[in-house]
Amino acid sequence: MSSPESSEYDGTEAAPHGKARSTEWPLWEIFIRGQHGLSHRHVGSLHAADAEMAIKNARDVYTRRNEGVSIWAVQASAIAASSPEEKGALYEPANDKVYRHPTFFDIPDEVGAM
Amino acid sequence: MSTDPKFEFLCRMGDNALVLGHRVSEWCGVAPVLEEDIALANVALDLIGQTQLWLGLAGEVEGAGRDADKLAFHRDVWDFRNVLLVEQPNGDFGQTMMRQFLFDAWHLAQLTALIDSSDKEIAAIAEKSAKEVTYHLERSSDTVIGLGDGTDESHRRMQAALDLLWPYVGEMFLGDDVDAAMVEAGIAPDPASLRAGYDQLVGDTLAAATLTKPDDDFAHKGGKSGARHSEHLGHMLTQMQWLQRAYPDATW
Repeated sequence: MSSPESSEYDGTEAAPHGKARSTEWPLWEIFIRGQHGLSHRHVGSLHAADAEMAIKNARDVYTRRNEGVSIWAVQASAIAASSPEEKGALYEPANDKVYRHPTFFDIPDEVGAM
Repeated sequence: MSTDPKFEFLCRMGDNALVLGHRVSEWCGVAPVLEEDIALANVALDLIGQTQLWLGLAGEVEGAGRDADKLAFHRDVWDFRNVLLVEQPNGDFGQTMMRQFLFDAWHLAQLTALIDSSDKEIAAIAEKSAKEVTYHLERSSDTVIGLGDGTDESHRRMQAALDLLWPYVGEMFLGDDVDAAMVEAGIAPDPASLRAGYDQLVGDTLAAATLTKPDDDFAHKGGKSGARHSEHLGHMLTQMQWLQRAYPDATW
């Protein structure tokens, strides 16, 4: 077995090892609103060359079964995310603060489901 | 064979959708990227759905007991009435998308005109189909522009596809006795009347795609009349119809 670098077929356009192909499209995260009044929900991701194409691809990949009335596409690299390592500092302080839940109030029956 | 012009016309609409739908379905599982694979399968399914409506109505009009399935799977090459463009092989992805664009541009103009048909059933099918085809055209024209005005290689392939397929464009605008009867009955537009709008749309898109429309307007013909299909259709039908040929009248 010879590696592509030492291959006699060095005239091919094979990408160098370890690099993403320059032809690879950017990754987009797709959010879909199922019906009016609800918020957009993350449904998955896909590749597309630009925003317009991302919307079209999302339409084809994620709304084939009538799932949505609105699509958002966000380039994955534009999303700022919290780090899993910081979860102690970020979330644990809320654990013992049950009074932040509105469970200490009696809700009148007339209000219905909340 | 029926010689009712309305039956002929419905077969033309149905066979265009059927043959192109099958061609596009040949990409299922082998398209260049997953997203395009799914998009192409959606287009193919739209077209097969339209086929059921057109050929279903054709069968009713004929009144000989043939339904859409019988018409799709029990006719041989010489009974098909699709234009030559849609039976041309897929080639590479660019060639498939160029064929799609050249057809979609005509298809949408035709369906839009048919919405005003004097025949209510035809108008209803056209209205439903036009929504799907509007999206097909949006997608195929964007792809033609993206690849035409893309890299040197994608541009070269798109120009080659255009040069190869352009001689099949003219047939969509050639009228005959069937078309004349449809015009007279107020059922369908004169094919030639759609040409100016088509040339405008295609010209704008090709300009945006930095592609050069061939000067020669020579047009192959014989598909929609059934007089002379290209050799590709017969090969395609052996694939598409093999189950009904091997096991006649098999059902699910």
